[in-house]
Amino acid sequence: MKTMRPKRARIAAVGLAASGAIVLAGCGAANEGSSSGGASAAPSATVSGTIAGAGASTQQAATQAWVAGFTGSNPDATINYDPSGSGAGRTQFIAGGVDWAGSDAYIKGDEVAKAQQRCGGDIVEVPVYVSPIAVVYNLPGVDNLQLSPSTLAKIFDKKITTWNDPAIAADNPGVTLPSTAIAPVNRSDKSGTTQNFTDYLKAAAGADWPYDVSDSWPVQGGEAAQGTSGVVGAVKAGAGTIGYADESQAKGLGQAKIKVGDQFVAPTPGGAATLLESSERVSDGGPNAFAYKLNRTVTDASAYPVSLVSYTIACSKYSDAGKSALVKAYLNYVISPEGQLAAQQAAGSAPLTDTIRQQITPAVSAIA
Amino acid sequence: MSAPTTTPATATPSTKPVRQLGDRIFAGSATGAGVLILIVLAGVAVFLIAQAIPAFTASPAELPGGKSLTAYIGPLVFGTLLSALIALVIATPLAVCVALFITHYAPRRLAQGLGYVVDLLAAVPSIVYGLWGVAVLAPASLPFMTWLQDYLGWIPLFAGPVSATGRTMLVVGVTLAVMILPIITAVSREVFLQTPKLHEEAALALGATRWEMIRMAVLPFGRSGIISGAMLGLGRALGETMAVAIILSGSGIITFNLISSSNPSSIAANIALQFPDSTGVAVNTLIASGLVLFVITLLVNSIARWIINRRREFSGAN
Amino acid sequence: MTSDTRTDTDRSRTDGELAEQAVVPMPLVRAELPRWAPWGILVASLVVVGGILAATGNFGIGLTLVLGALLYAVVTYVVSRSVEGGRKATDRVVTIVVNVAFLIALIPLISVIVTVLQNGIARFDGAFFTNSMRGVVGEGGGGYHAIMGTLIITALAAAMSIPVGILTAVYLVEYGKGRLARAITFFVDVMTGIPSIVAGLFAFAFFALFAGPGIRFGFGGAVALSILMIPVVVRSTEEMLKIVPNELREAAYALGTPKWRTILKVVIPTSIAGIASGVTLAVARVIGETAPLLIIAGLTTGVNLNPFSGRMTTLPVFAYNSYAAPGVPREPFIDRAWTSALVLIIIVLILNLLARLVATLFAPKTR
Repeated sequence: MKTMRPKRARIAAVGLAASGAIVLAGCGAANEGSSSGGASAAPSATVSGTIAGAGASTQQAATQAWVAGFTGSNPDATINYDPSGSGAGRTQFIAGGVDWAGSDAYIKGDEVAKAQQRCGGDIVEVPVYVSPIAVVYNLPGVDNLQLSPSTLAKIFDKKITTWNDPAIAADNPGVTLPSTAIAPVNRSDKSGTTQNFTDYLKAAAGADWPYDVSDSWPVQGGEAAQGTSGVVGAVKAGAGTIGYADESQAKGLGQAKIKVGDQFVAPTPGGAATLLESSERVSDGGPNAFAYKLNRTVTDASAYPVSLVSYTIACSKYSDAGKSALVKAYLNYVISPEGQLAAQQAAGSAPLTDTIRQQITPAVSAIA
Repeated sequence: MSAPTTTPATATPSTKPVRQLGDRIFAGSATGAGVLILIVLAGVAVFLIAQAIPAFTASPAELPGGKSLTAYIGPLVFGTLLSALIALVIATPLAVCVALFITHYAPRRLAQGLGYVVDLLAAVPSIVYGLWGVAVLAPASLPFMTWLQDYLGWIPLFAGPVSATGRTMLVVGVTLAVMILPIITAVSREVFLQTPKLHEEAALALGATRWEMIRMAVLPFGRSGIISGAMLGLGRALGETMAVAIILSGSGIITFNLISSSNPSSIAANIALQFPDSTGVAVNTLIASGLVLFVITLLVNSIARWIINRRREFSGAN
Repeated sequence: MTSDTRTDTDRSRTDGELAEQAVVPMPLVRAELPRWAPWGILVASLVVVGGILAATGNFGIGLTLVLGALLYAVVTYVVSRSVEGGRKATDRVVTIVVNVAFLIALIPLISVIVTVLQNGIARFDGAFFTNSMRGVVGEGGGGYHAIMGTLIITALAAAMSIPVGILTAVYLVEYGKGRLARAITFFVDVMTGIPSIVAGLFAFAFFALFAGPGIRFGFGGAVALSILMIPVVVRSTEEMLKIVPNELREAAYALGTPKWRTILKVVIPTSIAGIASGVTLAVARVIGETAPLLIIAGLTTGVNLNPFSGRMTTLPVFAYNSYAAPGVPREPFIDRAWTSALVLIIIVLILNLLARLVATLFAPKTR
């Protein structure tokens, strides 16, 4: 039959494709060992199982390092993290969809009760990722910019529109400033970075910053870019631009020094860690919730007030004992000096200081 | 086509086509596929409406932005339509020309290869266009936009001031145009290729030039296909998420100024940007904006259908 | 292949229009421009424009080409009109416009490809195709897990969408009458308007009903993609089926062929090239999706080949995450993002080839 010819050829083609897929499917990735068989050989201290978290994309790079470090010594454990955003992370945690949430804002309001209900007990909330937010700028010829909080607020509120404005000149004595127009760059997406930055502006320069603290940028009609990468890219691409971004991603750009007390301080991981230490704890979420209201008006010049703290929110108990053990072991690794060092190397964050670690360790130990 | 098959066979009962078991199965599964789509869509609609209702009933203070729902969604609708319109205006004529070039102007051997290249380009994922737009097109278009402001600044569209980074509505429109160009081209090309050869040859034999032949034989035949392709392209431009989110410097304002750094965002991009960190009513508001996009696309498509149906005599199947 | 088919109304209309045109009395032979004339005018235009610009100090390649093309069109029209008459002149100008439009369209498309190649080639190595990101910090690693995820999820989505889409199009063109067909047409149009993230949210909400809120699996991603893919398949297929000439169907019925065999053996094979092209468009529409997959398929750094259990990463999600949330230093992450984009394009290229192959196998042999 003549009509059979193409059909047979088609079947052959499908078969070929299918067998190709099977051949491909037969092999795992070269860097993944056959971990399932290695359980007996592993030391008894290791934990196993699969847990999943979701939340802030700020933590993503650090989480990759933590997961790599943790699964390196616990090869039977699998840890997944969806960087779906702080809000989505908390929502999914409350709904029981994930085992922990990563969040740039600490849990508060009616979310606390919902989370406690989901956990059937206390929640555990600890800071895991601390990072300075750099005010980055691109102004050829000026490589040491100093800004006071009120000047900064006026720039981002578009009240100061050129770089040779007297207010900027007053902060930078002896520096020749060009008359270039200022193009402030903000995040176009909702983000914890924006939340922390507006929180800083509101607290440190309330008179010049008429807006509320918000995770979406309140000033209409500026240069807006998506994500830290987008802001950094936009600041790099334009002349006279100024923006705010996680310090670790701001390499190669000018970083303004911010006035703290009567000195100008550059963004450093150490400054962010010191800030956390000098901040006040808020225990909205119960005894094991270690959330901090960052001290934006700090006058100690060793602290850098434009910083961001990202939290991990977990349950104090899980229905499955294996899961409890895994979450506990993982979080213990995350806040340990090794874990914090891994995050510093991979994501450029500020390691938690020993003081903070001593405060929060009991909370992680409370997981059972 | 709503009622296409009045075949002569069914019109004259004496020569009714043979009906077999296979016929019933085939007709049944075709109908089943259509009904399945209706079911899925009903599910999506129920989901969308259920999720959007809290945003409609919430007090304005609870909504993002603190104003009314219309004040929040309005600029997004404007931005969506504006960016898609720019894309369509740029892409459609170009795409028709490219399709004509491939089918009627290019040397035959070259034509097949070109058709292949266009198909391939239709397949470049949108995130790639987004990265390309921000890394290549935005900086490259800065001199052009400065020129527009200098010489055509009296037109409100080009009032400026020119964005320092080039991430403007115009660049988004051009990027979307580049994205949908291959789609419109691919559909138009397939339709142009189906133009009855006799029409073309008759035209040429009567002494028509190539352009006259195209104008009288090819374009009328292909019109419904061009519109269909343009609508597919428009659908993608309206719903484009990542490319717009990555490129556009957007905020909630309405402006016709295409080259400044203040631009209205689009609905799909706004959902992608705001959804991750939203909770509660904010999520419902975003879904309500999705519902609006749904309605916009529907309106646009209905208009296209109406245009196509007016020209249905050129369809072979009726 | 089906050149001798059209309806009588078409014929009379077209011929009528032609007849009107032909009424104008004209000599049988008219002067024609020599074959070298267009090229000569082109070169002359470019030289003149370039010369003037250079003389005024504004020389630039882009400007020269734009103004040169304009001058070329104008001069060609004037010369051709004076020698060959208005109709021929219009034809020449249209030819120039079409060619220039084609060249303009090529510029961004080539630029996209070149950009992706330039940036993606850095990590286009063996490790990218054999390693996943499990346990990888900073440099190294690869996209094997994402490649497999993309292949599996897209294949599942295509396996669901293509039959449903083509059958629906067949229904609309060949069977559909009355209210149901109108409803389907209408709602397929509605479906093209579903924002991609909503498709993801819907799929998630749907599967969470049965499996709880922790559900993340590749199949769910495939369902979300199908919702986006089906309308594209339906609309492009419908368009292609509609232009199959009725004479072919009538000839088949006249030979006593049942309707379903007519559709399978005559209608679909005649339009298979267009359908394959449309299906490729539809696959291309969904293979690059990120937002819905992040919601329902999640993100993982390891290989998962089972679409019915556990998270799966696809190339666009991998690329987007590497771009949006890079670690320190940034470069390895950005490199991996571009390479993922490159690999994605190559996968689509291969799919395209397969579609062409299917089209050639099924297309009716005309000679």
